[in-house]
Amino acid sequence: MAAHPEPAPRIDVVAALKEAGLAALVALGLAIPLVGFQTVERIDGLGIDTRFGWVAVAVAAVFAGRLLLIFVQGSRHWGSRPKRRFVRLGENTKSHLRIVGMIGLAFGLAMPLLPFADRYYVDLGTTVLIYVMLGWGLNIVVGLAGLLDLGYVAFYAIGAYSFALFAIHFDVSFWAALPVAGILAAFLGVLLGFPVLRLRGDYLAIVTLGFGEIIRIILLNWYDFTGGPNGLSGIPRPSFFGLEFSRGEGGFAATFGLDYSPMHRLIFLYYVILVLALITNLFTLRIRRLPVGRAWEALREDEIACRALGINPTITKLSAFAIGAMFGGFAGAFFATRQGFISPESFTFLESALILAVVVLGGMGSQTGVVIAALFLVLLPEFARELAQFRMLLFGGAMVLIMIWRPRGLLAHREPTVRLSDGPPAAEQSA
Amino acid sequence: MTDPLLRVEHLTMRFGGLVAVDDLEFEAAPGEITAIIGPNGAGKTTVFNCLTGFYPPTVGRLTLSNPRKGRFLLEQMDGDRIAREAGVARTFQNIRLFSRMSVLENLMVAQHTELMRASVFSIAGLLGLPSFTRAERQAIELSRYWLHRMRLEDRAEWEAGNLPYGAQRRLEIARAMCTKPALLCLDEPAAGLNPRESAELNEILLDIRRDHGVGILLIEHDMSVVMGISDHIVVLDYGRKIADGAPEAIRNDPAVIRAYLGTDEEEELPEEVAQDLPRGMQ
Repeated sequence: MAAHPEPAPRIDVVAALKEAGLAALVALGLAIPLVGFQTVERIDGLGIDTRFGWVAVAVAAVFAGRLLLIFVQGSRHWGSRPKRRFVRLGENTKSHLRIVGMIGLAFGLAMPLLPFADRYYVDLGTTVLIYVMLGWGLNIVVGLAGLLDLGYVAFYAIGAYSFALFAIHFDVSFWAALPVAGILAAFLGVLLGFPVLRLRGDYLAIVTLGFGEIIRIILLNWYDFTGGPNGLSGIPRPSFFGLEFSRGEGGFAATFGLDYSPMHRLIFLYYVILVLALITNLFTLRIRRLPVGRAWEALREDEIACRALGINPTITKLSAFAIGAMFGGFAGAFFATRQGFISPESFTFLESALILAVVVLGGMGSQTGVVIAALFLVLLPEFARELAQFRMLLFGGAMVLIMIWRPRGLLAHREPTVRLSDGPPAAEQSA
Repeated sequence: MTDPLLRVEHLTMRFGGLVAVDDLEFEAAPGEITAIIGPNGAGKTTVFNCLTGFYPPTVGRLTLSNPRKGRFLLEQMDGDRIAREAGVARTFQNIRLFSRMSVLENLMVAQHTELMRASVFSIAGLLGLPSFTRAERQAIELSRYWLHRMRLEDRAEWEAGNLPYGAQRRLEIARAMCTKPALLCLDEPAAGLNPRESAELNEILLDIRRDHGVGILLIEHDMSVVMGISDHIVVLDYGRKIADGAPEAIRNDPAVIRAYLGTDEEEELPEEVAQDLPRGMQ
């Protein structure tokens, strides 16, 4: 920290103690119900244990922490942060991001073959990749076109159910049903989008939220068709160019002269979702540079100006909505074939919120940010499993911290879609 | 005589009980700069919003004769169709740039219609077919031309929102021109500019008229701009046209002077006040 010419302001000890006391009081209020009581099993049923020692620890920690924070902040001047410099867009972060992306891709490709990768890790990796793909799909709608969609899980559900129903009733393979699932989801996206896309911001968010719930409730209640709360089971697993991952003759392992192992299917599923996610990513990166992608971003910035330039807002928004829904549908079909069983339980609002969190935390419109956020949001609750009931608390706390430090998301930088020349960029400009 | 570029007939716009524009008639000739002036609240921007399809007019016919594309009845068209098909481009009183996108991207978005056609539902674009690549290169060239004209070339990759105010005004005009319009509507382009910048704006507008044959419709309060470059001035007051003619005639028109100074009907202005007025109007 640079030395400041003026003397540091005196810290008012009484006020600091008061503030720390207040924080401790809040902590006390929170800690008594959250930490202070614990349900335990007794012979005669459930009982309650008290842990007031822990409460004391928590309150003391908050008091000391708050005091420390006041002193640290007091010794530093507010407003001495360096002002944001005008730099050419993307000049500084571009090369770093590329390297991070390359390393991430290499790790993603090699992960299932690494020595530590057992059943659990490959499965976890698949889950992460599903969220990465969903995040990339929703990124088109929220990040690029700026349409706040709180019901994205509806398209995920439509993809999953349409694949499952096709596979069960018509015996269609995963690969044949995959495009159908995507197209159906896109079609429903258009159907929903047509009436509601004239709404903006919060209103659109509420309608999409409602749509997500409607789909889930239909799935729950249309017993004859969707199996209702029992869901659909016996969904066929994907095959490797027609070879089933099964034991014995004609299976994948036997054909290639390998010992049968259930890991084969898991690794295959991992690679399928990796490829699907990468297709989503490449598609998005490409379409961003096309006129329609630029129009999406322009619509996010200023719809009125777009109209004055001859861009049809309805059609442009619909295309973003439909394409985002399509990728949600693909991911849904994959989810169905991976689980082998689906029910409306898997498509609750919480799921939508999680996908949206992936996009927003990652930095709207940032592809690499989505990956980092998906890793964070899926792995954190997973590794915090030992903390049992505290993991959601930890999760929420981490989200709050990120929003304080990086309010525009982890990677808020935006790469321009076109440059004047493809040659080396001109010398840095000073403002 | 040839068709006027724009003919406005009986244009009336009511918002509930308020009559913002009342039975307005005027014409704008091709390749001329027509200024619409008037005190605040005279209905100037409302006229623009009717012309560019943001409001459907209550009554009236707005005929645009685009020399390249034919004749359009603007009152029957949506805003985006007016811009796309009839060839009317506009800027806004409070600048509306795509502020988180780069300067060059702003100009590329303006060429959306042509690029979209070349990208054939984005399919040719996704495949990177040569027809699309060529169209994109042409679009970049047109952008480069306008960047150069507006002295923005070395800032092509800046975020538009980070440009200084005057440069944002110029960029907005460049963006409107990138749609290759027949009629360019500028809503107070000189607002907030310093005298040097506003002199530069005059030159830009005269150049656009000369080199591109574009008709310009201008709302402006800065009389040095209006008197300096307009071929024809329409004066509004309370939604009515009170004068229409060449700058010299408008300068001495008693009705205009009354509207600006708010004098009593009977009171005649002394000759010297009337003469000084145009300078004082800013």
